[in-house]
Amino acid sequence: MSSDQDHLRETDSEKRFEFKKDEASAFRTEKGALDEETIRVISEDKDEPEWMLERRLRALRQFHAMPMPTDWPGQPDLSEVDIEEIVPYIRPDVDVRGGVDDWNDLPEDIKDTFDQLGIPEAEKNALSGVGAQYESEVVYQNMQERWEEKGVIFCNMDEAVQEHPELVKEHFMTENVPPSDNKFAALHGAIWSGGSFVYIPEGVTVEMPVQAYFRMNSEGMGQFEHTLIIAEEGSEVHYIEGCSAPQYSTFNLHSGGVEVFVGEDAHVQYSTVQNWSKNTYNLNTKRAICEANGTMEWVSGSMGSKATMLYPSTILKGRGATDNHITIAFAGEGQNIDTGAKVYHNAPRTKSTIESKSISKDGGRTNYRGLVHISDGAEHSSTSVECDALMFDNESTSDTMPYMEIEESKVDVAHEATVGKIGDEDVFYLQSRGLDDDDAKQMIVAGFIEPITEELPIEYAVELNRLIELEMEGSLG
Amino acid sequence: MARLQLKNLHAKVAEGGEKILDGVDLEVSSGEIHALMGPNGSGKSTTAKVIAGHPAYEVTEGEVLVHLDEDEFEGMTIPEEKRIWNLLDLEPNERAAVGVFLGFQYPVEIEGVTMVNFLRTALNAKLEERDDLFEEGEEAETEEEAEDSGYDTSPMEGNADEGDVGVAEFQELMAEKMDQLDMDTTFAQRYLNAGFSGGEKKQNEVLQAAILEPSIAVLDEIDSGLDIDRLQDVSKGINALRDEQGAGILQITHYQRILDYVEPDHVHVMLDGKIATSGGPELAERLENEGYDWVREEAYETA
Repeated sequence: MSSDQDHLRETDSEKRFEFKKDEASAFRTEKGALDEETIRVISEDKDEPEWMLERRLRALRQFHAMPMPTDWPGQPDLSEVDIEEIVPYIRPDVDVRGGVDDWNDLPEDIKDTFDQLGIPEAEKNALSGVGAQYESEVVYQNMQERWEEKGVIFCNMDEAVQEHPELVKEHFMTENVPPSDNKFAALHGAIWSGGSFVYIPEGVTVEMPVQAYFRMNSEGMGQFEHTLIIAEEGSEVHYIEGCSAPQYSTFNLHSGGVEVFVGEDAHVQYSTVQNWSKNTYNLNTKRAICEANGTMEWVSGSMGSKATMLYPSTILKGRGATDNHITIAFAGEGQNIDTGAKVYHNAPRTKSTIESKSISKDGGRTNYRGLVHISDGAEHSSTSVECDALMFDNESTSDTMPYMEIEESKVDVAHEATVGKIGDEDVFYLQSRGLDDDDAKQMIVAGFIEPITEELPIEYAVELNRLIELEMEGSLG
Repeated sequence: MARLQLKNLHAKVAEGGEKILDGVDLEVSSGEIHALMGPNGSGKSTTAKVIAGHPAYEVTEGEVLVHLDEDEFEGMTIPEEKRIWNLLDLEPNERAAVGVFLGFQYPVEIEGVTMVNFLRTALNAKLEERDDLFEEGEEAETEEEAEDSGYDTSPMEGNADEGDVGVAEFQELMAEKMDQLDMDTTFAQRYLNAGFSGGEKKQNEVLQAAILEPSIAVLDEIDSGLDIDRLQDVSKGINALRDEQGAGILQITHYQRILDYVEPDHVHVMLDGKIATSGGPELAERLENEGYDWVREEAYETA
């Protein structure tokens, strides 16, 4: 490792100097350099306060101390995820603020997708990084003008560390997603960059969805982005993350972190439609803590990636808190999408519903992995879990692993799972009415995911449908 | 005027299964009602499915032809060389486009797809496929394009690229057809057959035929599982298909009952995979009274 260390020191003195002269220039670290020195460089580049550096370093130590998760039944194969390979990938995350400079540098499948989605040239430029900063400024300003006076904050996470240190210090990876949660949460805590910070003061309702659409792509090339949402008592917000166009990734690990605080009587909906490039390992930790009578809603569409492990979770901490999950996963050839939901009922009269849909095709593999925990004393709580899997062919697989840990007897628990192949009879019925084979299958899938699309704003619903159509035509990737 | 012609049709269950059809000969023309009767397992439903192109069956011999007139489809002149189609060469959706409709005995349920969305998509898909198959002349196309541009001007009509029939136009058409069949207007927004009663499903099959306007409709046991009120509604719909749209009907049934309301011009009895005997409406009455044994005896005597 010593030569790597030498290289890093060289990086520190020379390349970083270059970086400060010219933002577009990058600094480099070598493989195997995921050490304290690297973390210090990142933190210093961001002009972070000492406490954030300390948190990063603590997370790094936890990351090195924890084993890779390998013992889950049927989990995706992570042997290709070489931790030693990760470090060079920090570089674009930290320094190429605008993402790639050239549209032509995007991978073919991503470019094709943009083309087929009919995304116009200007937007392509924005999504590929060129000019995104400008676009995102506009978005920010509109948001700010409208909500600033009510005390709403919506900004970049790096900026929040500088501008709102008290809020961040209190909530960032403390009680919600501590780095000790899992190995990739620890990794995230060490090298996180970018993401969104949303703060809604007491009693304020933000009527329009808060969208991190352009911004995700400008800053965002951030593959370790952190999202922190704080909804104070009685407030309400709908946050939509990511864009339905695919996230650009030249590197192969995405490990985001999302923390949501739902205050008493507050209501937060977190919606995301994501489509990752097919060399990506998508390993995230997303969690909400919900106070008394608060409501948390997760709506997510997971597409793309080589392997995804994602289980948005909610801790129903206060009496009468409610959680709703709606998730959809699509796995094509060579893809393993392992998603689900976790809910902890830690107070009486809490309520949760989980609705999970998965589609697998051409040998793709989907898995619903869920956990519902009802603590002793959480009486009169109820949960309902429904998972449906749809498969296109005999090569594709789908598993359902719903774990239920019920420690309280006065509760209402329901679970229902269906697994089915797209029926020849269904396709034939639609064909006999005039639809061709592809259109018939698309109609069946569109109907299957309808519960998701009806929860999304129309433009996201349309694009989700369109993305699935493209996947089904096999024209992606 | 269209004519469906089954010639010496042999079929078996696909992938090495048992033989079911053993030389079926049958002709149905527009404006006629034919009843196809016979005991269970005689091959009636298989005949219907083979006509529509069900993948579970493999045709080993014979032909299924559709003969069309030059003015078979409104607004389209069919050239001489495109007036005869062998359905066995066509995909199921292409068979729909040349004017054949299959009413299912057990219609499938599809969640999340509303009736109105499904039927408009189907109608437009059929019209588009029809254009492709018949390759309309330059002139006709221009005429249609002119019509499309009209829809462009009204957002309610939907865009021209969403097909020939826009949203508002289709809703009107569907409401009119549902009214004729005494169907509740809430049907339009329900998911395709999902949670429909047996009777509602059958009524829905007739509604679909009314909207898709086939030249030949093959209705597979459309009368099974219906109470008397619903039987009358469904029968009314079938008669309208013939009387108002001029469709030819091949009515597959076990019972005389529906034939009291939908009077057939011809009755055929199927036995062991072929037509054993044919006749007029009186044949159905005799079957009702005497069963199929006499047909079997006669058939084997002549054989």
